[in-house]
Amino acid sequence: MPKRFMAIWFCYLKTDWFIRRIPVLQDIPFVLSAPDHGRMVITAVNPLVLSQGIGTGMTVADARAIISSLQVMDDQPGLSARLLKGLAEWCIRYTPTVAFEEPDGLMLDITGCAHLWDGEKQYLAEITRRLNHFGYDLRAAIADTIGTAWAIARFGKDSSIIEPGRQTAALLPLPPAALRLETTTIERLEKLGLCKLSNLISMPRSALRRRFGQCFLRRLDQALGNEEELIIPIHPIEPYQSRLTCLDPIVTATGIEIALQRLLDDLCLRLQKEEKGLRGALLKCYRTDGKIEKIGIGTNRPSHNSRHIFKLFEIKIDSILPAPGIELFVLEALKVESVLPLQEKLWENTGGLDNIGLSELLDRIGEKIGVNNIHRYVPDEHYWPENSYKLASSVNEVVQTAWRVDKPRPLQVLARPAPVEVTAPIPDYPPMIFRFNGKLHKIIKADGPERIEQEWWLQDGQHRDYYCVEDEEGHRYWLFRSGHYEVDKLYQWFIHGFFA
Amino acid sequence: MTGTKTDIIAQLQRDILSLQGFKTILNNAVVDAGLGSIKNAFPNASFPLGAVHEFIYTGEEAAAATSGFVAGVLASLMLNEGASVWIGASGTIFPPALKSFGISPDKVIFIDLQKEREILWVMEEALKCTGLAAVIGEIPELSFAGSRRLQLAVEQSRVTGFILRNNPRSLNTTACVTRWKITPLASELPGNMPGLGFPRWNVELLKVRNGNPGKWQVEFAGECLRHISRITAIPPMQQKKTG
Repeated sequence: MPKRFMAIWFCYLKTDWFIRRIPVLQDIPFVLSAPDHGRMVITAVNPLVLSQGIGTGMTVADARAIISSLQVMDDQPGLSARLLKGLAEWCIRYTPTVAFEEPDGLMLDITGCAHLWDGEKQYLAEITRRLNHFGYDLRAAIADTIGTAWAIARFGKDSSIIEPGRQTAALLPLPPAALRLETTTIERLEKLGLCKLSNLISMPRSALRRRFGQCFLRRLDQALGNEEELIIPIHPIEPYQSRLTCLDPIVTATGIEIALQRLLDDLCLRLQKEEKGLRGALLKCYRTDGKIEKIGIGTNRPSHNSRHIFKLFEIKIDSILPAPGIELFVLEALKVESVLPLQEKLWENTGGLDNIGLSELLDRIGEKIGVNNIHRYVPDEHYWPENSYKLASSVNEVVQTAWRVDKPRPLQVLARPAPVEVTAPIPDYPPMIFRFNGKLHKIIKADGPERIEQEWWLQDGQHRDYYCVEDEEGHRYWLFRSGHYEVDKLYQWFIHGFFA
Repeated sequence: MTGTKTDIIAQLQRDILSLQGFKTILNNAVVDAGLGSIKNAFPNASFPLGAVHEFIYTGEEAAAATSGFVAGVLASLMLNEGASVWIGASGTIFPPALKSFGISPDKVIFIDLQKEREILWVMEEALKCTGLAAVIGEIPELSFAGSRRLQLAVEQSRVTGFILRNNPRSLNTTACVTRWKITPLASELPGNMPGLGFPRWNVELLKVRNGNPGKWQVEFAGECLRHISRITAIPPMQQKKTG
């Protein structure tokens, strides 16, 4: 079967996408810009701006001189690839072989597909209409070769469907840029006055090769169909999902467990093959009365251990109300990450925090009791005791700074320092006695003071002078005086912790 | 003849111990080093790993002393990059202070819970997890049945558990291997120097299965426990100058 290709060119891909998100931009001249060598350079323009003579590559300052009311938005790196990939995946409904080419094109291999839409004309009209409806301005063309379809989509003037075998005639009136050449080659051709393909298509091939290189001839052959060209189609990832339909509606917890076990085995087998693991999963139970019951779980690290994931779900199975019965179960992996297999050690069964058993334990605790109750602390670079450590964002967070051990710190602290009554002999001496919780403690030994200043760039308040003290029973305390020991100023003694 | 008799008796004692579930762990040197001569109180003269230990105390001062002693033992359990779980109702542990006992505080997962049922459930689940070095749980009240469940969990996984019981209502019988009571003692610096010395504790081993209970006075000197030969008299009450 002779090959047929369709090229789609999005004239204003990025700006059309912005207009889709912010419809107000439709009637406003706006450009996208990105920093380049210290200047803001325009990377995309909308049709209103283009008509004023502003194009990509211009600096924003120059463009503002032409249109004072110009709206400038920040370009997002990788945006066009992302958009094209999404559009390519959408186009799979028209043909199984879709490729995208940056910055603004799609290439569809439509061999044997168009008759399903009653011919190429209707096929092309349908795709154009649907994409236009999304808000994208586009041009599309169908031809025998990728090169011709590409050229007609961008430079064609008359018909956008080239009949089989007619690509040479269609290419003749087009400029050399239609051959997907490098900029230098195009410039050289224009310098020589060869501004139409008809001028050079009859030239001897050896002369063309000598002057413009093998690449030029290859592009020409590809466009004319003398040389095969391949496209690399996209393969959309099949959603990580498994379904189980039931002949009779399920009403018991045991039934749900069996269904869940089967779904998990299916899904985990696939994840295992692809060396992936799920971080979150959702079980949807479709009831016969049309309602959907959902339970979800999350894990600390990607897992494809079906027993572990089943245990996490098991805690929540009670919350499913099967009422008249469940006819369909769908298990969906919400978040999938790749799993790096850990090397196991024979002689040591404690793997520290990387241990899979530990992360599975934390998953179970998190599901049953709540993730908020699980804490891990890492050092923080602050002298203020309460700020000297912070919550780790995850079990695997690497400790960036060392824990400090140069100053004595109590093992037990009060949630917030409690005020105590103190008798101290003279300024900057440790106290003689203090009263805490109604009990009088006589201080026998003391160390200090260790002054800790407030971090003025973070918080206001008075500094603390810490003393380690020991009373006559051998109990050790961490006391501090907030502020200077002055008669006319406010100061207060506090107890903060207990030494071992 | 007497020599062979004692040999036979020692052999029989070892056999009985192994029948009762006390496995001799060959590489138990780390834990012994941490405890010094206290280890002689235990069967086979080795600190029972893969068992649940119970600590009883009253008041914040004793709580600090007990957690200090537990941290000292825990440090030698966590030597091989192990991780541990600290389940607490109070959440009063100051993580940076653990470093001075030789524990990397980032290797400890703290789980703060209020309900006793939840603490017991998490404790049991954690004790079943073979990858952990130790599990510490602050549970004031522990029934015999509850302690039996924990003991069964550790027998499978060989994880060591520590139960810290603050101000228990009753000192009931539990299935724990040992029962300890740690109280703080006055510290002392050499040569009557002013200031605080290393922490000193009065360690009471109230119960130990197949061992000999005892009482020691120890000082935690940086890395290991040091025995104090005699109780030093409390110096006369006087204000020590510091600074």
